[in-house]
Amino acid sequence: MNSSLANIWTISKRELAGYFASPVAYVFIVIFLLLTGFFTFMVGGFFERGEASLTMSFFVWHPWLYLFLVPAVGMRLWSEERRLGTIELLLTMPITAWQAILGKFLASWLFLGLALALTFPVVMTVNYLGNPDNGVIFSGYVGSLMLAGAYLSIGCMTSAMTRNQVISFIVSVVICLFLILAGWPPVTRMLEIVSESPRLVEIVAAFSVMTHFDALQRGVLDTNDLIFFASMIVFSLFTTSVIIRGHRAG
Amino acid sequence: MINVQHLSKAFGPKLAVNNVSFTVERGEVLGFLGPNGAGKSTTMRMLTGFIPPSSGRVLVGGHDMVEDPIPAKRLIGYLPENAPAYTDMTVYGFLNFAAELRGVQGDARKKAVYRVVETCFLDAVLHQSVETLSKGYRHRTCFAQAIIHDPDILVLDEPTDGLDPNQKHEVRGLIRRMGEKKAIIFSTHILEEVEAACTRAIIIDRGQIVANGTPVELKQRSDVAGAVCLRIAKVAAAVVSQKLAQLPTARKSAVLKEDAAAVTARVFPQPNCRNGELAVSISDLALREGWKIEELHTEEGRLDEVFRSITLPDTTKEERK
Repeated sequence: MNSSLANIWTISKRELAGYFASPVAYVFIVIFLLLTGFFTFMVGGFFERGEASLTMSFFVWHPWLYLFLVPAVGMRLWSEERRLGTIELLLTMPITAWQAILGKFLASWLFLGLALALTFPVVMTVNYLGNPDNGVIFSGYVGSLMLAGAYLSIGCMTSAMTRNQVISFIVSVVICLFLILAGWPPVTRMLEIVSESPRLVEIVAAFSVMTHFDALQRGVLDTNDLIFFASMIVFSLFTTSVIIRGHRAG
Repeated sequence: MINVQHLSKAFGPKLAVNNVSFTVERGEVLGFLGPNGAGKSTTMRMLTGFIPPSSGRVLVGGHDMVEDPIPAKRLIGYLPENAPAYTDMTVYGFLNFAAELRGVQGDARKKAVYRVVETCFLDAVLHQSVETLSKGYRHRTCFAQAIIHDPDILVLDEPTDGLDPNQKHEVRGLIRRMGEKKAIIFSTHILEEVEAACTRAIIIDRGQIVANGTPVELKQRSDVAGAVCLRIAKVAAAVVSQKLAQLPTARKSAVLKEDAAAVTARVFPQPNCRNGELAVSISDLALREGWKIEELHTEEGRLDEVFRSITLPDTTKEERK
């Protein structure tokens, strides 16, 4: 057990160092912070709202920002290994494929967590200007982090499918977009018209990340929502392992 | 150390490796020869646990590679084809990472890194990013990674590919030295390499083993093995071939080259001829005839000829299709 944790950590460290060795990390963090700032203050109308809350001005944009930014972080995870051929080195090391998958995933998630943590000035601002419910803000951050993790696990999966990062990026954006839109009223209404089966509409809508994320950003820290995101991560990573095993089996 | 039993691998309908069995013990250096696409790399990938076999099994130090991969992989150092390495890391970082995954801890790790840096002559590029390395350096970096935990078994897929002649010589020497204490398999399509470094060679063609033996044994399968080659100054070719044909020890002879200065001929021995007997009888003949011998030697046989005769006929047939 100890050695498997050590292996996961070794791989995570390498992956994290990889982000910071190239400009990718800095470009990503700067763009993420600029965009969150822009949307919060200019589009979200943080000041005009006159309420001490981050729900509608800050967190509400995260699913859309992550839609493009998270696949950009995840796209290289496995496709780069395949392109360079290093996957052959990695998987002939005395480690399991799971340790490699988890190590890589955790590194990217940690990186996204770091970018998210760097939005702390927004929290300071709202606390300086008013008296927000910091519990709600905390819950929003938890939701945002879980959402990022879920998107990332999908990026992990699509990057295992191809050695081409662009394809990996596009496929994972499409899947993530589906997960956002699945519960969106225009889509559910369309489904109702097409299928006439309320059960199907319900099932599709249940896959939506929006309902779960909404609850969390409103401060409802419900285990159901956390389990939803966690199970999505587990499922995607499991699929990743199946895809990788599939490549090796030929 | 390595025991491969009836190993096969199918990619769709194509059988890349077909019922391959062999063993490699400590102290052996096994050369894996074959034309491109013969199944060398696929076999090595199964040996190292990168891809699972379709059937058959690989035992490494007694551990089954499929059932019990972790202890099996621990024993192996592997240099994959094309020597992949993480381009965003420095040479030091990469080797340190490999050592860490290999479970080399603390002080020992630092020592291990510096040991392989010395063995593979990487001092000059130690803190350079892998991306900026020349092909030779990148190759050696990946080679260094394979020996960082001083493994009992080394699997090297074309270890001298892309190296300059000096580096090739160096790597062959390294393989031979390490082969005294380890079990080594390396693939190549450079035949001189087999003679320079191997204790045994396997020739594989279209997924199957077509020859297995020491380099000397393999060379003896050559047509010219045991034949005597000689050059005689200032004599007519017709005379030479007539006299040679009369020798009781000679099966046949052929004039390879003739000009005003000399005649070069090759004489093939009778099947029951003892080692050296033919050469002796030829030198006796030369004494009797008063020939001036400029050169006389018994041919050992040539590996490239054996290689071609075993692998070529069918591949050209396939190419024609």
